[in-house]
Amino acid sequence: MWTRRVWLGLRASAGGRRGFPSKADPQGSRRVTAELIEHLERLALVDFGSQEAVARLEKAIAFANRLRAVDTDGVEPMESVLEDRCLYLRSDNVVEGNCAEELLQNSHHVVEEYFVAPPEKHMEITPFCLWTPPSKHH
Amino acid sequence: MLGRTLQEVSEALKQGLVTPTELCQRCLSLIKKTKILNAYITVSEEVALKQAEESEKRYKKGHSLGDLDGIPVAVKDNFSTAGIETTCASNMLKGYVPPYNATVVQKLLDQGALLMGKTNLDEFAMGSGSTDGIFGPVKNPWSYSKQYREKRKQKSHGESEDSHWLITGGSSGGSAAAVSAFTCFAALGSDTGGSTRNPAAHCGVVGLKPSYGLVSRHGLIPLVNSMDVPGILTRCVDDAAIVLGILAGHDPKDSTTIQDPVKPFTLPSLTDMSKLCIGIPKEYLTPELSSEVQSLWSKAANLFESEGAKVIEVSLPHTSYSIVCYHVLCTSEVASNMARFDGLEYGHRCDTDVSTEAMYAATRREGFNDVVRGRILSGNFFLLKENYENYFVKAQKVRRLIAHDFVNVFNSGVDVLLTPTTLSEAVPHTEFIREDNRTRSAQDDLFTQAVNMAGLPAVSVPMALSSQGLPIGLQFIGRAFCDQQLLTVAKWFEKQVQFPVIQLQELMDDCSSIFENEKLASVSLK
Repeated sequence: MWTRRVWLGLRASAGGRRGFPSKADPQGSRRVTAELIEHLERLALVDFGSQEAVARLEKAIAFANRLRAVDTDGVEPMESVLEDRCLYLRSDNVVEGNCAEELLQNSHHVVEEYFVAPPEKHMEITPFCLWTPPSKHH
Repeated sequence: MLGRTLQEVSEALKQGLVTPTELCQRCLSLIKKTKILNAYITVSEEVALKQAEESEKRYKKGHSLGDLDGIPVAVKDNFSTAGIETTCASNMLKGYVPPYNATVVQKLLDQGALLMGKTNLDEFAMGSGSTDGIFGPVKNPWSYSKQYREKRKQKSHGESEDSHWLITGGSSGGSAAAVSAFTCFAALGSDTGGSTRNPAAHCGVVGLKPSYGLVSRHGLIPLVNSMDVPGILTRCVDDAAIVLGILAGHDPKDSTTIQDPVKPFTLPSLTDMSKLCIGIPKEYLTPELSSEVQSLWSKAANLFESEGAKVIEVSLPHTSYSIVCYHVLCTSEVASNMARFDGLEYGHRCDTDVSTEAMYAATRREGFNDVVRGRILSGNFFLLKENYENYFVKAQKVRRLIAHDFVNVFNSGVDVLLTPTTLSEAVPHTEFIREDNRTRSAQDDLFTQAVNMAGLPAVSVPMALSSQGLPIGLQFIGRAFCDQQLLTVAKWFEKQVQFPVIQLQELMDDCSSIFENEKLASVSLK
């Protein structure tokens, strides 16, 4: 449950406001509930930070809802304008690399060739021994 | 010399009438004089002078690399430049120095271009004003032009000179201002929804968005992978064609570049207009369009017709949904692309070391501005499992309908579409900031973003000055990979309208000699 605690802590530091549900959307779409806000913040790892930001999301959703008016029956989704062409695949040979030092230079926290992430608080490292060394018999 | 076209200066360099070092120094001096515009985030003075030195050696030996050798250029700060800070005007990348050059940057350097610096933009290229970056807004050079100031004197008195400055448009505002103010001969911008064409129109320069797949995106910090394109800003269409010729072509590092062979080209002069068919999309005539832009659009259509071209009204039926569709797809791809910024491998990292998730969240809160965060959150909303079909996939389907609208029009015999680029001329900053970024983007991208969704080439060409003395540009849209044809039509149009040169003497103090017609009028262009 440490995750939840951390999240509430974070939001408290950002002002600690709760999200408000939006007024009922005339098109009956989802309201921006406090639950949704928390969910999005969790996924995006970006916090709303203010009531204005929540209002902006509501406007963005309302705007996007206009797409419902378009008849897309039988229409395939378009992922790329180059869908009729073959993607270029180069041959599987190593042509570059060996630049670990250059790349590590850009990080704030590096140990040897590792990027260092903060520790996970809930993982406590306790001495734990399954094996006891044989006693020294003569 | 700085007022010349790229072609003219290139000739002057080849004939030894000016040296790369002289050019470089003049541009650097001008950059300093026009600092008020805030067009540049980083001025790479040492790098540029060194490049100029090397270029000079080549010219002395008669081994110039080509048309761009010794030519000052600028690059938008969302292109990676090795050894030169690349910030995207964001705290997230402040201090970030890439270990490699974007392919398009490398191509410019390989041709001997002089990199003057990195230009200012909206944070992560999100915006239509170049007002929302951490280094402050970019000011439109036309705010200080004689043309604009004279008109203003007639209207208002006693207002502080600078308080009513105009925006450049965005998000490549820094690049547009840099070119418009003569500090370089060409600049790279990026174009996802109009970010090159919009500021080009507001700053009175040519803004080209090439076909998607023609120019490599490797090293362009991505916003929307399926729509992003490096853009080219220059003072005339021929110059844009020169730069495109150098940048276009397959890049093994960008698998979305097409493999068709591409060669540099020169633009022919159009003489027989009778074979040309210009389409005017009727849905682009919106109530928000200013009467001045509308009238210029009309005038342009009549111009083509009077010279023998066929000009017909066409329909792009899904136009009214285009901006909504763009909004959903853009925020969704942004949500994905921005996920890489977690503070671990590069970029900003917060001080807290509580846990990885807390570190990510705090880093991103500190690193991104409201606009970026807003788009990430919206995008994540549309990508939620329960929303994916109804929003993201729905938008992808609408995208196909929009792309198909264009295909239908081009299949019916239309060669090039003619539309406005922007709703009006550049507005004062004080007016622009009355609405938020998302609203403004939705308004200002109206004529430009459908082109990105369809992956077509488009170019904004300055046409005339408004009654306030400010530039108004019109947009030409071409068929996919028919960039050369598009530019040929644009070049003809440019020649017809003879858009006036910006008069910036007031801003330049003693630089006015730059704009006199020097004895180089005798430079022969082969």
